[in-house]
Amino acid sequence: MTSNIIELRGVSKSIHGHDILQNINLEVHNGEFLTLLGPSGCGKTTLLRLISGFETPTTGHIFINGKDVEGLPPHLRHVHTVFQSYALFPHMNVVENIEFGLRCQKLPKNEIDRRVAEVLKTVKLEKYATRKPEQLSGGQQQRVAIARAVVNRPLVLLLDEPLSSLDYRLRKTMQIELKQLQRKLGITFIFVTHDQEEALSMSDRVVVMQEGCIEQVGTPRQVYENPENLAVAKFIGEANIFESEIIAIDGKLITVDILGRRRIVKSTRPFSVGDKVHILVRPEDLRVWDQKETEGDTADMFPGVVEEVIYKGTTVDLMVRLFNNKLVAATEFFDEDDDRLEYAIGEQVWTTWVSGWEVVLPYEETVTA
Amino acid sequence: MRSDNGFKYFSLSVIWIWLTIFALLPFILVSIASFMNHDESHIIQLPFTLAHYGELNNTIYLKIFEKSFYLAGFCTLFCLILGYPFAYIIARMESSFKSLLILLIIIPFWTSSLIRTYSMITILKPKGIINSIMMWLGIVDKPLPLLFSDIAVVIGLIYNLLPFMVLPLLTNIERLDNRLIDAARDLGANRFTTFRRVIMPLTMPGILSGCILVFLPAMTIFYIPDLLGGSKSILLGNLIQNQFLVTENWPLGSAISVVFILLLALLLLIYWRSTRGKTQGELL
Amino acid sequence: MKNKFLQALPTSSYLTLIYLFFYIPIVILIIYSFNEAQYSLLWHGFSWRWYQELFADTDLWIAVWHSLILGVFAASVAMCIGSLAAVSLYRYQFMGRQLLYGLIFILILSPDIVMAISLLILFSFLKIPLGFWSLLLAHITFCIPFVVVTVYSRMASFDEYIFEAAKDLGAKDTVIFSRIILPLLWPAMLAGWLLSFTLSLDDVIISYFVTGPGFEILPLKIYSMVRLGVKPEINALCTVTFVLTLVLVLISQLMLRKKP
Repeated sequence: MTSNIIELRGVSKSIHGHDILQNINLEVHNGEFLTLLGPSGCGKTTLLRLISGFETPTTGHIFINGKDVEGLPPHLRHVHTVFQSYALFPHMNVVENIEFGLRCQKLPKNEIDRRVAEVLKTVKLEKYATRKPEQLSGGQQQRVAIARAVVNRPLVLLLDEPLSSLDYRLRKTMQIELKQLQRKLGITFIFVTHDQEEALSMSDRVVVMQEGCIEQVGTPRQVYENPENLAVAKFIGEANIFESEIIAIDGKLITVDILGRRRIVKSTRPFSVGDKVHILVRPEDLRVWDQKETEGDTADMFPGVVEEVIYKGTTVDLMVRLFNNKLVAATEFFDEDDDRLEYAIGEQVWTTWVSGWEVVLPYEETVTA
Repeated sequence: MRSDNGFKYFSLSVIWIWLTIFALLPFILVSIASFMNHDESHIIQLPFTLAHYGELNNTIYLKIFEKSFYLAGFCTLFCLILGYPFAYIIARMESSFKSLLILLIIIPFWTSSLIRTYSMITILKPKGIINSIMMWLGIVDKPLPLLFSDIAVVIGLIYNLLPFMVLPLLTNIERLDNRLIDAARDLGANRFTTFRRVIMPLTMPGILSGCILVFLPAMTIFYIPDLLGGSKSILLGNLIQNQFLVTENWPLGSAISVVFILLLALLLLIYWRSTRGKTQGELL
Repeated sequence: MKNKFLQALPTSSYLTLIYLFFYIPIVILIIYSFNEAQYSLLWHGFSWRWYQELFADTDLWIAVWHSLILGVFAASVAMCIGSLAAVSLYRYQFMGRQLLYGLIFILILSPDIVMAISLLILFSFLKIPLGFWSLLLAHITFCIPFVVVTVYSRMASFDEYIFEAAKDLGAKDTVIFSRIILPLLWPAMLAGWLLSFTLSLDDVIISYFVTGPGFEILPLKIYSMVRLGVKPEINALCTVTFVLTLVLVLISQLMLRKKP
């Protein structure tokens, strides 16, 4: 008994000589909520279609439940898809849509009725059983699409950007509902999205993709706090990136030169003295002090001028122009007892961060900024 | 997987076989026939000859060609001038009558053009409506010879073909994004500039398909000159019909048709160029 | 209020003029088909006389019968082939897809006379005698593109993924056809059938070339009658035909309404 429900080994796909996917290796654990995250055109939907069987890989193998599925048509893979546009049959009502797959399997009538009733209850659509898709709201249509797929008891449910056509509020609600549904059903979900916030908040693990390659696989926390490389770091959340050089190494503690100042940073990666590196600091980790607050101790701080103040309710976003003309972003959280979040444009400030909250990455040539 | 492909191959081969036999092959045969010989006892026979294309250089044929071209061109222009504002008003209308008004254009599009041509005779004949009204009003004191004239042919053609200009324009203008016009006006373009620089270029596919649908039939619907123009009016369609069904000179008729088909191809090429193949098939 | 009315006046009077131009001749034709008098323009009282005379004309009945048979067969075959073609054009990628698309497009745009002479030459080349069969083949051919366009545009209005979804849920192509495509497309197919039937009933140019002795059809019968000039019984015949095709067109437009 394997705990991997799906395995991809060396899977590539090219269409008309264009490499859409290159050498993809991926293991999907049984029962997990896995998200494929990447900008549009990174190949995540193609990857989904390879698993569902609508496309065949150019090279490599896909194993579902330990079995190589090469040449197996979509409906024999025990994998079902929820399409971006839902693809509900417009001429059938909710029940007819849901029972479609079961009727194709020619199950007995009472079995079909029982399972449809069960799934209708799960997705809370009992009242809408005889409505046509056009008489349902976006969220309800979404639930019908999911019910239509899960009623066939797939091993894996594939969801292709299913929330992208919903408005912001409804999307938030559906994110929670989907997550709860996945726990209740215990089915593996593979979810495709380009929205990093959605990916982080819903998934057990996130697969970050870029230009047909997997950049990193990890828990939301791992990919956010310990990005493998700059591409991942920049795609997931905002990041201030400093170019720097290693001056000394003492175990995990690395002394670097940032903008002419020495700082101690922490990393477990193998670096050697003289290596050029990127130092990555998230805006929420960047502290901004005004002249009074620094109390003269500015040895490891960077002076700058406030250029923009964006009030966001729970936070204030600041854009600070550092002395060497570099622009950095800082997010400050409101604190009831603190009134220091009153910044004025043009104000002289000092910026710094807690040692160890940064990420040190090997230098990459292509990066500008 | 295999059996599922059966449906695909079945339907594709049916349509391909049909269109190859009844659309492509006949076209090739016409081209071949135009190079064949002809005599009293044989409609078509070998050897090949270029004689019929040489024969086209005859003044009679050139005159008919020229006349058809001008008449059809005039009709097309007139239909465009008449039809564009008409289509524009209806397309931009936000009224509950709109779908009814569109239906009233679709009806003449699909119903018999022969019957509509016939109804024109009633209007134009010496004792017809127009002459009676004009005599009753005292504008003329004896009936004008409206029927059996080029004017009658032109009126008949416009009457029959105007819907074919209006419908493509209507679908095209309806697809036009209102905000583009607002944007042009907002950016300071006056009505004329907005029309010339924004509306017209965007509705060019509609204009061109409308013109093709009017111009080519105008040259070739032989029963309109036949019924409204009498013996005085012979257009290209009548000429082709004559060669095939009266004098039975099929090679000459084919040669005339090939020239006409080349004209069609030229117009299609212009159409394709202007739309870059994007909007084809959205005609109706 | 008054201002608005004045503003709308030029456009609405323009529309009215064009619609009058479209419909007055037809309306006059219909009115005169009920006029008692034979030659006069003046109204001599309402009469069914011309319709009764039509009814008694057995030659005409034969032509009508021929046209109906021809129309039913041509429309049915064209509907089948055209719908299959539309479905394949929409669903499959294949060699020559663009070519097929372009060919159908050209067939719609090209004037009748081109098809008329090409088919005449084809029939003489294949030694198909002119008559019912040549007419049937010709009518099917000119109806197919219109069915394709009607059905295709209907299909394009659906979510393109519903076919994949059906496949994903285990439906074979035959099931997709009978449970998804047919139920969704039958209104468009019926509309295609009706429009084909109308086209077949009204076609003069192509039929004129490929018809043969012994199989007279209605449009050609009307044409030969019309050439003799205006007569009340022709008015009546044209009225009947016009009203018939009008009804067919109206039903077809009803079928093509956006809502399924």
